[in-house]
Amino acid sequence: MQNKTKILLFVSLFVLIAVFLIADLILGSVKIPSDKILAILMGEDVKASWNYIILNFRLPKAFTAILVGAGLSVSGLMMQTLFRNPLAGPYVLGISSGASLGVALMVMASVLLPGVFGVVYSFLGSWALVVAAIVGASIIFVIIGMASIRISDSVSLLIIGIMFGSITGAVVNILQYFSDPEQLQSFIVWTFGSLSGVAWTEMQLMAPVVVIGLLMSFVLIKPLDALLLGENYARGVGISVNRTRTWVIISTALVAGTLTAFTGPIAFIGVAVPHMARAIFGTASHKVLLPAVVLIGAALMLVCDILSQVPGNQTTLPINSVTAIFGGPVVIWVIVRSRSVKASFS
Amino acid sequence: MGDNYCKDILETEGLAIGYKQKRSEDLCLLSDLNLTICRGELVCLLGPNGSGKSTLMRTIAGLQAPLKGKTLVEGKPIRERNFGEIARLLSIVLTERLQVGNLSVYHIVSLGRHPYTSWMGRLSEKDESMIKWALEQVGLWQYANKFINQLSDGERQRVMIAKALAQDTPLIMLDEPTAHLDLPNRVEIMRLLRSLAKETDKAILLSTHELDLALQAADLIWLMSKNQDLRIGAPEDLVLSGSIEDTFKNKSFNFDRKSGNFIMNYQKKETIQVVGNDVMGFWTQRALSREGYQVTCEATGNCAIHLIEDKREWEIHRNGKITTCKNIQELLLGLKSS
Repeated sequence: MQNKTKILLFVSLFVLIAVFLIADLILGSVKIPSDKILAILMGEDVKASWNYIILNFRLPKAFTAILVGAGLSVSGLMMQTLFRNPLAGPYVLGISSGASLGVALMVMASVLLPGVFGVVYSFLGSWALVVAAIVGASIIFVIIGMASIRISDSVSLLIIGIMFGSITGAVVNILQYFSDPEQLQSFIVWTFGSLSGVAWTEMQLMAPVVVIGLLMSFVLIKPLDALLLGENYARGVGISVNRTRTWVIISTALVAGTLTAFTGPIAFIGVAVPHMARAIFGTASHKVLLPAVVLIGAALMLVCDILSQVPGNQTTLPINSVTAIFGGPVVIWVIVRSRSVKASFS
Repeated sequence: MGDNYCKDILETEGLAIGYKQKRSEDLCLLSDLNLTICRGELVCLLGPNGSGKSTLMRTIAGLQAPLKGKTLVEGKPIRERNFGEIARLLSIVLTERLQVGNLSVYHIVSLGRHPYTSWMGRLSEKDESMIKWALEQVGLWQYANKFINQLSDGERQRVMIAKALAQDTPLIMLDEPTAHLDLPNRVEIMRLLRSLAKETDKAILLSTHELDLALQAADLIWLMSKNQDLRIGAPEDLVLSGSIEDTFKNKSFNFDRKSGNFIMNYQKKETIQVVGNDVMGFWTQRALSREGYQVTCEATGNCAIHLIEDKREWEIHRNGKITTCKNIQELLLGLKSS
C-alpha cells in the first residue's frame, strides 16, 4: 500500500471520529438541537438542564468511549504481538477477571461480612466499585508480573494468565451462588459495562492513566516490530525480550485495568480492532498499526455508544452487548474479505 | 599462521559447553575449546544430530551461558554485553520459518538496523543505503516492496541473510540455513555465503547437515562427533584423515573417500562385469549397486553388461545369450528375469 493511501486513510479516520463524536453528542433520549449544542460547547448558558446533559453527561461519556476504544485496542494489539496469538486481547492475562473478583467481593461479600464491608462502603462511597476493581486487577497484575520475570517463554505465561482467569472466575461464581438476587443483579449490571459511569471527577484519574499507558506503547513500537520475527530473531537484533514483555504487561495492565475499573469489562473491542486495522492497512508494522488501532478503536466505540441509545426511546442497551452484536459482523466481513489475518499469523 | 597474515574475528578461550544441572553434576558436551575464525572465512559446523551443534552455536552467540571460558568477537567478550551490544558484533539467521506475513521485505531487512537506530527506529540515510546494499548482495532488491509471504522459501532465507548483512556485524552465524530448501536453493545459498565471506571479509559460521555442500564450500570444517570431540581442518584434510568416515559411520551406509559421497550398503547379490567406463558407466554402476549387485571391470564368467555408447543401449551377456535394453529401467528388469 502506498504511503499516500495510508495518509488518506488516517485523515478519513480522523474525520469519521469527528463526525461520530458530534453525532454522539446530538443523539440521546432528550432532544437538543444541534446549534444549541454548539452554543453550549462554546460556553454559552442555553438552558440549565440541557447544559447539564451535554457538559456533564454526554461529553464525558463520549470521551470515555474514545479512551476505551483506543486503550483496549492498543492493549489487544500488543498482547496479540507478544503472544503471537490472534485470539489474545487485553484481558488474556486475567486482568478483567481480577477486577471482576474485586467488584464481586465488594458487591456480594457485604452479605457475608457486613461489618467490614459496610465500613468500607460508607468510606469510599461512589468510588467503592472502582477501588475494588483496581485492587483486584492489581493483585492479578502483580502475580503475572512476578511470573513473567521468572518464566522466560511467553506461551507458559499465556497459560498461567488463562488459569488465573479461570480461578478467579470460579471464585466469582461461588460468590454469586451465595449472594442475594439484589446484589447479584448489581454485579451483573457491572459486567454489562457502561460508559456513563464516568463523570469528570473520575475522568481526572482515568484519562491521565490511560494516556500514560498509551504513550508507553508508542515507545514500544520498535521492539514490538522486532518481536514479529519471533523471540530469537528479536534477541538477535538486540532486543531484550524479557524487558519488552515486562513493559508490555505493565502498559496493558495500566490501561485495561483502569478502564475496566471505571466502565466494567468491555469485551470484544480489544480482540477485534487490531484485526480490522491489519485488514484495512494491510501491514503488520506497528508504526502504522498502533496509531491505526487508536483511531479505529475510538471510532468504533463511538458508533457503539450511539447505537446503544435506542433512538426515540429511554432505554440504553448494555455497551458490552452492543460492541459484540454490531461490531462482530463488521469484523467477520472485514476478515472474510481480506484474508490478512492468516497472513499475519501464518 | 601469524597474526599479520590472518586476523581473527571469533576466538573462544577454553570454552566448555553444556548444561548446568541443579541436582547432579553439570552435563558437559565439549570442553577446552580454543576455536578461531578469521576474516573472510566460511566455517561449516558438521555433526550428527545430538552431537551438540546447536548448543555450541547458542553458546558462541551468547544466548546460553558457557560452563567455562569465554567467546570473543573482535577481542570483545560476548557474555559481558547486553543484547544491543552483542547485536553489533554478531548477527544470526535461524532455521525457523518466519511466522509473519504482512511485512515487506524492506521492512524485515530494516529490522537488522535496530542496533543502530534510536528508540523511534527512524532510519537514517546510512541505514537506508545499508539496507539497499544488503538486498542487492542477495539479489532481492527488486523484491523490496513485496510481502514476505509472497516469496519462496529460498527467497525468504535470502531475505534473512540480507537482514544479517544489514546488521553490519563482523560475524554472521547461521543455524542450518538450508534445512528446508530444495537442492538448487541449497547450492545457491551456500554459494552466496561463500562469496559473501570472500567479498565482505566477514567471518561466517554455519551449522549444517549438508555434508557434500559443506565439503565443497567451506574453508574450514568443525566436525563434532557423538563421543564429545571436535575436529578442525580443511574439508579435504578431514576426508583424508578418515575423520568424516568415523563420525558418520553407520551400519547401513559408508562414506566413500574417493567420491566424497555416502554409499548405502545393500545386500550383495551376484557379481556383474560392466564393460565401458564413462558417464553412462558410472550411472549404470550406481543403478546396479542399488539393486545389490557387485560391480567389477573384470570378467566374472556369469554375467556381463556391455555399454553401446553411441546408441545409448545396454547389452546383457548371460550364458551366451544377449539381451538389448533401451534404458536402465529395462536393464534392471532384464537382469531380474534372465
